[in-house]
Amino acid sequence: MTDLSRRKLIQTGLAAAAGVAGLGAAARIAGKYGLIPPDHGGIWGLGETLNYASARLLNRHSMAREFARSQISERPLQNEMAPLRDAFKKLQAGAFADWRLTIDGMVARPAALSLAQLKGYPSRSQITQLACEEGWSYVAEWIGVPLSYVLEVVGIQPEAKYVVYFSIDPDWWDSIDMGDALHPQTYLAYGMNGGELSVGNGGPLRMRVPRQLGYKSVKFITHLTVTDSLKGFGRGLGSASPEGGYAWYAGI
Amino acid sequence: MANLASVPVPPGSFVPVAAADVPAPTDASRHSAFIRVTHWITAVCFVALLVSGAEIVISHPRFYWGENGNVLTPVLFKLHIPSSRSLVPTGYGYVLPDQNGWSRYLHFQSAWIAVLTGFIYVGAGLFSGHFRKSVLPGRADLSWPAFSKAIVSHVRFERPSAAEAWSYNLLQRLSYLFVIFVLFPLVIWTGLAMSPAFVSAIPASVTLLGGRQSARTLHFFVSVALLLFLLVHVGMVWFAGFRSRMRAMITGRADTPAVTNMERV
Repeated sequence: MTDLSRRKLIQTGLAAAAGVAGLGAAARIAGKYGLIPPDHGGIWGLGETLNYASARLLNRHSMAREFARSQISERPLQNEMAPLRDAFKKLQAGAFADWRLTIDGMVARPAALSLAQLKGYPSRSQITQLACEEGWSYVAEWIGVPLSYVLEVVGIQPEAKYVVYFSIDPDWWDSIDMGDALHPQTYLAYGMNGGELSVGNGGPLRMRVPRQLGYKSVKFITHLTVTDSLKGFGRGLGSASPEGGYAWYAGI
Repeated sequence: MANLASVPVPPGSFVPVAAADVPAPTDASRHSAFIRVTHWITAVCFVALLVSGAEIVISHPRFYWGENGNVLTPVLFKLHIPSSRSLVPTGYGYVLPDQNGWSRYLHFQSAWIAVLTGFIYVGAGLFSGHFRKSVLPGRADLSWPAFSKAIVSHVRFERPSAAEAWSYNLLQRLSYLFVIFVLFPLVIWTGLAMSPAFVSAIPASVTLLGGRQSARTLHFFVSVALLLFLLVHVGMVWFAGFRSRMRAMITGRADTPAVTNMERV
């Protein structure tokens, strides 16, 4: 072995060791600051972690774009969805008077809120875009109560890191981090374009997360759980989406 | 042109070649290891991006302009292919299986690797003078006669000269510059303009393009342009000598080093 190649070998070895140590340190820091998504394992972990971490560094305080009333789509699309179940139809027959949003987990005052109670909270509206991962989009006015307000009502514990939300459809649930849960544009939405939120658009109660793609805005919300870990939910990937092959973080 | 290698050339004489100012390679390799590694990482990522991008388009093969676009709004144009969503009216009596989950994962993962590789390539290329020496056209080439001559020789499918094994020709340089500094930045920009998280931080990234659907349509067109580049690029590699050009980009060794050594005298 010549001196040159030995020197090269040593240099390469040192660079590789520094790189591995650097990556390890970066991963620890990223974990500490909440930059690692729950579906960071597996072959797509690199891309997912970069998506989530870079978005969180870039847009911690950013607001989703809001539009003029004139830009609202004439006919908001109602995406295809699984047939409504009997439990839903029964509540629908009673004009959703018995619809309850139960809230538990790391909260001081677990609650079961009716739609009337939710509508009694300060109402907010936003004209934002709903964009699907498939490529289509529409702009609509969404009316509801900010999730942050409801979380304040029930009193979240300081260790809380995620809000897990469940549809009445048992296979449909998702979660967001506290950054999105406390974001002023994240709503529990019950109205659209000045009227009631139609069943086709997720009525009577839909999560609205405008800084992420449409599939995070789960329809027919009946249950919220505040937690510091997503390990106990489903396969621990943070939502039903990664279990169906879709990324947990849908900011892109 | 006869086999140049067999022509005796006295030391100190000048051998005129097609690309008048062949930059003298600093070592015996045609492409440095750095260029070869970044080239192939980009190539693999680009193919992954094309395949996954096509899969995502299949879920909604309709294109729009402005902010709004869905099956209830008029299209700018549509692709006459079946879709992986039953909501999309395609005229086909069947729905393809949904492949968007892994396609999206693959799209962003390869985008990250390609973009990071691209930053390193451009940074190192600016620092080392790679662009100035090997990619920017030489002063002598930047004239209409030189340009039209290059076009004519391409249109006539003239075999590249031996010197071109050691240097990019004028049209190559111009198309590489266009791909590296126009198409790649554009495809990244139009892609990011579709991210609700990114545009919440930098709204101008999408409003400058005319809206989310405009960004998506432009992303498609720029991708088609990049695909055309890929096809022509592979075609030209084939035409110039697939084995020798591939060997040069894989091992760094090029044909006729004797000739170029002569030229460097």
